[in-house]
Amino acid sequence: MVSKLTDLTISEALDLLDKKEISSVELTQAHLTEMERSTVLNAYITPTPELALKTAEESDKKRLSGEKIGRLEGIPIANKDLYCTQGIRTTAASKILSEFVPPYESTVTQQLKDAGTIMLGKVNTDQFAMGGSTMTSYFGVTKNPWTDENGHYNLVPGGSSGGSAAAVAAGLCMGATGSDTGGSIRQPASFCGITGIKPTYGRCSRYGIVAFASSLDQAGPMARSVKDCALMLREMAGFDEKDSTVADIAVPDFTQALTGDIRGKKIGIPREYRSKDLNPQVAAVWDKGIAFLKNAGAEIVEISMPHTKYALPVYYIIACAEASSNLARYDGVRYTTRVNGKTLNEMYENTRTDGFGPEVIRRILLGTFVLSAGFYDAYYIRAQRVRRLIYNDFIEAFKQVDAILAPAAPTTALSYDEMKNMKPVDTYLGDVFTTPSSLAGVPALALPIGLADNGLPVGLQVIGKHFDENTVFQVAHVLETQAQFDKKPHYVKG
Amino acid sequence: MSFNEKTLKNVANLARLRFPEEQEAKFMQDINGILTWVEELKEVDVTNVEPLVSVSPRKNAVRPDVVTVGELQKELMANAPESAHGFYVVPKMVE
Repeated sequence: MVSKLTDLTISEALDLLDKKEISSVELTQAHLTEMERSTVLNAYITPTPELALKTAEESDKKRLSGEKIGRLEGIPIANKDLYCTQGIRTTAASKILSEFVPPYESTVTQQLKDAGTIMLGKVNTDQFAMGGSTMTSYFGVTKNPWTDENGHYNLVPGGSSGGSAAAVAAGLCMGATGSDTGGSIRQPASFCGITGIKPTYGRCSRYGIVAFASSLDQAGPMARSVKDCALMLREMAGFDEKDSTVADIAVPDFTQALTGDIRGKKIGIPREYRSKDLNPQVAAVWDKGIAFLKNAGAEIVEISMPHTKYALPVYYIIACAEASSNLARYDGVRYTTRVNGKTLNEMYENTRTDGFGPEVIRRILLGTFVLSAGFYDAYYIRAQRVRRLIYNDFIEAFKQVDAILAPAAPTTALSYDEMKNMKPVDTYLGDVFTTPSSLAGVPALALPIGLADNGLPVGLQVIGKHFDENTVFQVAHVLETQAQFDKKPHYVKG
Repeated sequence: MSFNEKTLKNVANLARLRFPEEQEAKFMQDINGILTWVEELKEVDVTNVEPLVSVSPRKNAVRPDVVTVGELQKELMANAPESAHGFYVVPKMVE
């Protein structure tokens, strides 16, 4: 046997599968065994072991028979439980959708199936992707596979794609789908010491992904290397008639961008990101990242993005407004759960009040308020105007630089106790470095660079121009090579 | 503060939500906290700045209006909490 199967990267596993040194059934079984052992983490909402083994058997047969195989043939992955999977329960980690079985498949998961991947199951998330900790899930919190200083599983994995991040970090899958509205791929990737990319808005179809904020939601991969993310994103991306916002732009082979050479590239360091919210240890890792890129021959340019500090409030107004509209469909008529009432209205109210958690209710209330008569212009339209200024900051910055380097999150993973004692507004601060790029729609990749003094991983993000994921991957790959981050979470070390 | 008890009741009604009075105070406090925090947007000069509605490069996506998936009624109705004869059933609306 080679090294432990659950430690392999996707590209390593593809190589071994290709050489017939391992089978997909062996690889899948190794992950299923880890999943069974991992109850302490609560990463999966719905594991699908029988289906996984059956698909893996078919995949092995296909490979042996010499049939045409997918580019990710035989690779076991997990899907965030926000992606509709045909015939498999899709809950959005909510009570209101706790029994919902979609009659159709999301475009992204269909494309991953077509590429030959094996789905191990559906992983946890914050309810309707609203949160930065997975604490708002109806199915219980997911634990970060990194422990606190006393060795306890007491830290959040981040969110909303916290189940995806924890599963990837703990070896419970080789890669996972995530989704990112204001940082939901990049912040958990940073908290769990893995890699994840939010591609350009319009790169992946949103069809079949339970909607949170439609002008911001974007699908993306999470994995244990930059190359693995490049491999997965190629399969996830592309034009789709079923989503009117997805771009009709060719999807390149992103792995071709991993040249190792960034000499002469201009990397922007936004002055405004050195804010009071930035933990000094994270700042030190950021400086390390800057030094790595300088070493590799990049030119470091200090830039200014003056509207950065407005991104969070703009984000919460727009995201909540869109959410209040998107979540209006859960009315007790079409989606499995209903709490009866004497009148139709009462049935709606009872179903929705019972079916949504407090964070979702808070956001629906805020969103409804900012869209309501008398407040619409002052809040919603003003937020959209400031959004344009934030967008323009990026357009201006990219006239000077090829990519931007910034922290992914202001801190390392927080503990449950820390999170519980925070006001809603304070928990939102975790997205301070990710919401600007979400609002602008530009691609951003987070990857682990080093450990803080508390022994926890710190991630940085590389932000690129619209539809220039290639440069993002290219720069991230150089950072990855220089950083040599090979630290494993306590869960994996045992 | 703009978000008082009356506003909460109005907004909750618009969103088809209803909760016991003991929860109202908490939601009111949270939302007022958020509204105070977003106040800083008022200091931004947005004169002549058009609202940004979408960052998608695609405009006006159109396609022929034809049936593409066929008969799905049974599959779609399978998630209905209550249905009869292929229809959704809801509480009686007219006496």
